[in-house]
Amino acid sequence: MNTRILHIASNTFREAVRDRVLYNLIAFALLLSGAAILVGQISIEIEKLVVINLGLTAVSLFGIVIAIFIGIGLVSKEIEKRTLYTILSRPVRRWEFIVGKFLGLAGTLVVNTFFMAIGVYGALFYVAHKFVRADSLILIALYFIVLQFLIICSLSLLFSSFSSPLLSAVFAFSLFVIGSFAEDLRGFARMAHGLTRWLATGAAYLVPNFSAFNIVSSIAHEQPVALQLVLHNTLYALFYAAMAISGAVLIFENRNLK
Amino acid sequence: MPAIEILGFEKTYKVGFWVKRPRRALYPLNLSVQEGEIFGFLGPNGAGKTTTLKLLMGLIFPTAGSARLLGKLWTDPEVKAQIGFLPEQPYFYDHLTAHELLHYYAQLSGVPAKERSRRAEATLNRVGLKDVKGVQLRKFSKGMLQRVGIAQAILHDPKLIFFDEPMSGLDPMGRREVRDLIEQLKHEGKTVFFSTHILSDAEALCDRVGIIYKGEMRALGTVANLTSSVQGKVEVIWRSTQGDAQIPASLKALGAQCHITGDTGRAVIGETQQDAAIDALRREHLRLISLTPVRTSLETYFVEKLQHAETSAGKSA
Repeated sequence: MNTRILHIASNTFREAVRDRVLYNLIAFALLLSGAAILVGQISIEIEKLVVINLGLTAVSLFGIVIAIFIGIGLVSKEIEKRTLYTILSRPVRRWEFIVGKFLGLAGTLVVNTFFMAIGVYGALFYVAHKFVRADSLILIALYFIVLQFLIICSLSLLFSSFSSPLLSAVFAFSLFVIGSFAEDLRGFARMAHGLTRWLATGAAYLVPNFSAFNIVSSIAHEQPVALQLVLHNTLYALFYAAMAISGAVLIFENRNLK
Repeated sequence: MPAIEILGFEKTYKVGFWVKRPRRALYPLNLSVQEGEIFGFLGPNGAGKTTTLKLLMGLIFPTAGSARLLGKLWTDPEVKAQIGFLPEQPYFYDHLTAHELLHYYAQLSGVPAKERSRRAEATLNRVGLKDVKGVQLRKFSKGMLQRVGIAQAILHDPKLIFFDEPMSGLDPMGRREVRDLIEQLKHEGKTVFFSTHILSDAEALCDRVGIIYKGEMRALGTVANLTSSVQGKVEVIWRSTQGDAQIPASLKALGAQCHITGDTGRAVIGETQQDAAIDALRREHLRLISLTPVRTSLETYFVEKLQHAETSAGKSA
């Protein structure tokens, strides 16, 4: 891979770490250990269910918040602070900068998720005192969560390439919420008629379908995940992220850095 | 081969929220700077200096025109490995230390991995930041950041260096050091293009200067040429060998404007009268210290140029 992209990615990762982004892990650890102790005392037989549900939802929400709030500043902050001037005056192409930034943020989120996953398994062991084969399914749920992060990162980056951080945050968060109900939107589109049907179908397929990535509940109930779904979600996330990054590159390539 | 060749660079911005109106930031600019030259780009704030530099760095795109840097098209990424750039009021990743930042820039500039650390160290040493190389940039003062800016611009040993207001934020000592550094760069054969509104720096350093105002190049030439359109006058300085200096009557008779300070006398006379003035000093047994042509300072020339431009604009309006 192009080494300049790797250097930009590694600097983005280092910036996130030094800006104490990983401190969220402390909050996550406190939340999870508190919850594990609490459910261990008040629930009978469903401790595991609660811990898996709560743990994975927290992993997802913490990551989404980080992806949006770092992602929206990835380009706009560099333009505003003019740190970009000394980067782009070197033999660095604009697309390399965008891809490097994306990979840096994605790397931060993967590392973050890795530590949170250890937390989830730790809490699970605390309440269940052992691991069973079905617990490995949690890894698939975590994988899907990471795929969601890739989409969110790329969308935040796309918005950051042309908009202010505040508007980018609003856009990215709105898309996350709408995307979480994408299946409902598709259902509505199927029931609608005429122009509404066309518009609803268009919107339903344009927004990211996050509902397909949410398998937390079925994992908590130890239901297996179809390989087809894993493949489909992987391709979908990579394709969606690639499209969003291409959009960001296209906008950024033609942008005057005033 | 010119190091910089600007061929009709032009920039117009669209301003306004609903109705976009064009606002011209730069009129067609043609300029050529030779290799090894120190070129000063002068102008008041908002004249178009930074716009020109941003165009050359590919940070903004020209409405028309093009440029060649070191013989290649200015957009060629390869040429950028040979270029150093210090932006105006630079700001850097403040989570990094000075050494880490330079190491990062060395990576992006294609400096071989083995050399990066040594190069970063040597450059920090050169700009006087050796002792704070391990300090995070968020703890740096404005002057120190300016030095870091200069360091990152010369780190990869570029052939062509662009400085946008390099003396900004520096104390007198720092300014002196940067002046010396720019002179060293010239001796190393580098081409330096720097924008400034501190005219004494340009006067002291530049082989040639260009004056830009309201997006248009108003004057171009060597400092000596631009300021030699003077009044055809010379300044004579002499010293008395016995007590306070006197103004010789024959010098007064030439219509000279004379001033006495202690034992030193000073007179401004016409160029054609300089032989008569020297004779007058000899007759009075006064010691000639110097005889130099009176030049308009670059500052006076600059102000006159801008006033002229203002007047012309007023008339055409």
